[in-house]
Amino acid sequence: MRRLVAALPLMWLGLFFLVPFLVLLRISVSEPAIAQPPYLPLFEWADGLLTMTLNLGNYIFLAEDPLYLFSYLSSLKIAAVSTLIALLLGYPMAYAIARAPTGRRNLLLMLVILPFWTSFLLRVYAWIGLLKANGLVNNVLLWLGVIDQPLVILQTDFAVYLGIVYTYLPFMILPLYATLSKMDGDLLEAAADLGARPAVTFLTVTLPLSMPGVLAGSMLVFIPAVGEYVIPALLGGPGTLMIGSVLWNEFFLNRDWPVAAAVAIVMVLVLALPITLLRRIQAQEES
Amino acid sequence: MTRTTLAAILIAAPFAAQAQELNFYNWSDYIAEDTIPNFEAETGTNVNYDVFDSNEVVEAKLLAGSTGYDLVVPSLEFMARQAQAGVFQPIDRTKIPNYDNLDPEIMRIVSANDEGNTFGIPWMMYSVGPGYNVDMVTQRLGEDANIDSWSIVFDPENAEKLADCGIALLDSPTEMTAAALNYLGLDPTSEDAGDLEQATELLTSIRPHIRYFHSSQYINDLANGDICLAIGYSGDILQAKDRAADSGNGVDIRYVIPEEGAQLGFDMLAIPADAPNPDAAHAFIDHFLRPEVTAAISDAVFYANANREATELVADEVRTDPGIYPPEATLQKMYSAKPHSARYDRALTRAWTSLKTGL
Repeated sequence: MRRLVAALPLMWLGLFFLVPFLVLLRISVSEPAIAQPPYLPLFEWADGLLTMTLNLGNYIFLAEDPLYLFSYLSSLKIAAVSTLIALLLGYPMAYAIARAPTGRRNLLLMLVILPFWTSFLLRVYAWIGLLKANGLVNNVLLWLGVIDQPLVILQTDFAVYLGIVYTYLPFMILPLYATLSKMDGDLLEAAADLGARPAVTFLTVTLPLSMPGVLAGSMLVFIPAVGEYVIPALLGGPGTLMIGSVLWNEFFLNRDWPVAAAVAIVMVLVLALPITLLRRIQAQEES
Repeated sequence: MTRTTLAAILIAAPFAAQAQELNFYNWSDYIAEDTIPNFEAETGTNVNYDVFDSNEVVEAKLLAGSTGYDLVVPSLEFMARQAQAGVFQPIDRTKIPNYDNLDPEIMRIVSANDEGNTFGIPWMMYSVGPGYNVDMVTQRLGEDANIDSWSIVFDPENAEKLADCGIALLDSPTEMTAAALNYLGLDPTSEDAGDLEQATELLTSIRPHIRYFHSSQYINDLANGDICLAIGYSGDILQAKDRAADSGNGVDIRYVIPEEGAQLGFDMLAIPADAPNPDAAHAFIDHFLRPEVTAAISDAVFYANANREATELVADEVRTDPGIYPPEATLQKMYSAKPHSARYDRALTRAWTSLKTGL
């Protein structure tokens, strides 16, 4: 029974990660064709011989055109900056919730989760209404006399950062809250008794103890942000370069499923390598 | 319960026992409000109506297979390639008594991309051209500027003057590049690398003045006055004009087919090879080809149709609008798209990405 329980997460991973990954890998070494599905089969029976055609050209192609490298780098940058902003915003919020009286704490947590009650897509669309030239933000600023020309906010990189930080902020706050609320308040008192100022206490006691929450929250924001497609498509400008839109172009405009699959495989590797490294460093520190 | 709905239920009841399904996948904002309810009431068929806003999405679904749809509406040049991949079943004309209502001249033009008119029936026809906010544009370009020409946007000087009130281009490399080629006096269907370079150069020269690239957002933005010029689909721009007029916000939108000509396109009803209810699909096509049904759709969506018998039933304001039913002289200058080779599609997408991002 216990073994079965332990095997469940593995089965889950195998079914919903490994199998799709292998399907993708198989398409990525195929060749495009005008057919249904639009790529050539990997194995072929001819004259009683089973032949397998592996086409690594798709990966070589990705290396040859700098567009792909720049898109990966740009996605990583946008995700990293968004994660940092979400951390800077989310940490004080999580801290305040963790330190709030028990009764109010549940209400505050509820407020963090509340946006999930409406669809993610609708919330991103709502930002279009707020940010556009004729939108609420510009109209209020014009009315206050702060500006005399509407600001161009929509279709800029700024709007993309705003959208990503807004959407993923709860994923930062919740794990941070979980670690901060478990922290022993006596530790802070002890630090104060021994003469540490609040800033020193925070840097030497609170922050190190909340590192697991910082890492978990950052992962939860960073990983989906790298592959984000919807937010840059709706809020970003034409110059916003992210791997999600490059993938869309390969798949839909070029109808080149093999190259699209190769782009996706490389993205998984780009994400998996630093995370595995990070885990290893973490494990070493713990031991 | 009103008497009419009760009547509808009573009429439909005998069919309920053998209720048919029809899964119909159409473009957004592309049908009259009562087309589906009327068909359902008359035949007892239960219609699942679903919408999309890009040819590419439909194509990806069709190529993956087993869509479950009985009727889809890809544009002609997309349908041509999909048919090549074996996605569709031939239309059975014996099941469509109203087939003869189709204009033979239009069917001849369509047959260039659908040999023998095997797989498709034209749903509506569209052109791709500039739509603009008359007041904002004349205020910036002056009263005597030629606003019936593609130079309204392809001349960098004009584009620069309009940049502050907002220019939107279709996020469609195929249609925008064809328009640029046509403006340069080159063959809009050319797959020549040098021609593509020239077209991209022209688009790059106006790139700094473009606010965004999108294929449906401009409808609302034009109507609200958030942008002043969009290259878009004829009926979509005319729907923006209609919405602005309805809201009484004083925005006056105009759509023209420029004097240099524009792309003429066809959206085609086609039946997937693995459609679960091909009979219902044929029945719907026959229903659609009734003159009064086709005319009602044209009235609602501001697109021209290929139904010869329907023309005189179409409302005057739609039938006499040269942006919807182009006069003979304009028609001479219009061009159609052709399906691209895979190699050209890749070059085109790459040029489009570099136009948008500078890479």
